[in-house]
Amino acid sequence: MTRYLLTRIASLLATLLAASLVIFALLEVVPGDVAAVMLGLNAAPEAVAALRDQLGLDAPLVTRYVTWITGFFTGDLGTSYTYRVPVAELIAARLWVSLPLAIYALALSTVIAIPIGLIAAMRTGRPADSAIMGVTQLGIAVPNFWFAMFLVLIFAIQLRWFPAGGFSGWDKGLWEGLRSLTLPALALAVQQASIMARVTRSATLETLDQDYIRTARAKGLSRTQTVLRHALRNAMIPVLTILGLQFSFLLAGAIIIENVFYLPGLGRLIFQALTQNDLIVVKSVVMLLVFAIVLVNFVVDLAYAAVDPRLRARA
Amino acid sequence: MRRNLVLGGTLTALFALLALLSFVWTPHDVTALNIGGKLAPSSAEHWLGTDHFGRDMASMLMVGARISIAVALAAVGFGMALGVPLGLLAAARRGGLVDEVVMRGNDLVFAFPSLVIAILITAVFGPSVWNAILAIGIFNTPVFARVTRGAALSLWTLDYILAARVAGKGMLRISAEHILPNIANLLVVQATIQFAVGIIIEAGLSYVGLGAQPPTPSWGRMLAESQTMISFAPTLALYPGLAIVTMVLGLNLLGDGLRDALDPRMRRVRA
Repeated sequence: MTRYLLTRIASLLATLLAASLVIFALLEVVPGDVAAVMLGLNAAPEAVAALRDQLGLDAPLVTRYVTWITGFFTGDLGTSYTYRVPVAELIAARLWVSLPLAIYALALSTVIAIPIGLIAAMRTGRPADSAIMGVTQLGIAVPNFWFAMFLVLIFAIQLRWFPAGGFSGWDKGLWEGLRSLTLPALALAVQQASIMARVTRSATLETLDQDYIRTARAKGLSRTQTVLRHALRNAMIPVLTILGLQFSFLLAGAIIIENVFYLPGLGRLIFQALTQNDLIVVKSVVMLLVFAIVLVNFVVDLAYAAVDPRLRARA
Repeated sequence: MRRNLVLGGTLTALFALLALLSFVWTPHDVTALNIGGKLAPSSAEHWLGTDHFGRDMASMLMVGARISIAVALAAVGFGMALGVPLGLLAAARRGGLVDEVVMRGNDLVFAFPSLVIAILITAVFGPSVWNAILAIGIFNTPVFARVTRGAALSLWTLDYILAARVAGKGMLRISAEHILPNIANLLVVQATIQFAVGIIIEAGLSYVGLGAQPPTPSWGRMLAESQTMISFAPTLALYPGLAIVTMVLGLNLLGDGLRDALDPRMRRVRA
């Protein structure tokens, strides 16, 4: 297990290093003079020079890269040019919206997907199975931002159950906060849940063919007991993998969904920074998103090895 | 499941035909604005009504299909052109340095969602349709590399490959002559799936302004423009969305159908 852990950590660090180099090269080296890009075509040369000085752009590339990366871990990411506040502060404030949204969406999709997938697997070939497969096939094809627009129309504009957009903040209480995140989380969950339900179904079907399932039945467990105690646990391995793979889709989806609902999260921040050419903010938010994706997949890999000892031995 | 193949193929062909037809004929001119006839309901003249500028919705959807299909298709081409050779090479040099580099490169690209790639490209070069193609294409590359490598690896252990090696054929020749033709089915199925994924991603990119730029009509942009009017003109948002759903559903069914038709044992790889 130690050796497995070490190789996984080494590959995690290598991926992060490579990703940070790509981001740095794209946003700081390719554009040429970053200060000139940020200020636009009509900027006065003195203003560009002042910004260059403020951003430390006259330092050698290696120094700038090292400063950025160490800042990433110490929380000093420089000052946003457009917001005039430390980037770290901006990100921290936005994380309180994006992170709960991602977790909420993930929780919703799991709660919807696993029972549905199990039902389909236990009723395979029957009408319930066909209906579930049909609905999930449709769920995969629905763009989440489009679904979100109609959630707003029905549940916010017509029924007035939830706000149409914006975020109330957590200081008004957990319930109010969750209320503003419910429609966005639901919009994100539809595609995730559809994919996860299908994976749960096929993974469960596969385990149901195994000998130990027949043994469990033979020793007198009911069909439901067998599925819940034996099949489901083994079926969770592929489900877990998909969860890890889907996390990057979830993040990308969240970026778009935050813009549909005007939620002040990282996704909106990155678009505001993008339209204002605030490359400093773009750079660090992108790095944070990539960091999150790599980390989640790393954790999934470990969870995987913890659940399935065969994988540890192979590494 | 022949049904999937027929239904999926029909839907896909229908959209492709409508997009092609839009080059020579649309029910109405999409560049002609008619503010007096804006937001008209469905009628014999405007089958799906008109938008906030009085443009015919059916015509807009036909023209919009061009961008969606072109971007998604070009991105599949990009991903295959780069990913398939990389996957073949990695499998031919399995366990070696090249294999390791390709696989780590895959991991790296997988860490960037296509939207984030598009954001990075846009930050440097500004938004355009080409950025959308590049972003989705880069996203597709490791998918094709991984599928190709996985399938090629299992072929390399077979006897007829050994025979080819004994006959003195090199790695490249074996990959091109024996491996590639035998994984073509798998690649066609994967291409169909990535085509569908590309349609959804392109719509999202256009929706947030990173894809097709005005005045080019695209499904994603039509949705973005309709958002503020959804309370009084919901059909403006309904039709482009239904177009996306139907097209993606068609492609996914076609992918499933092709997989079953070409090789019943083939398991679906969804990235």
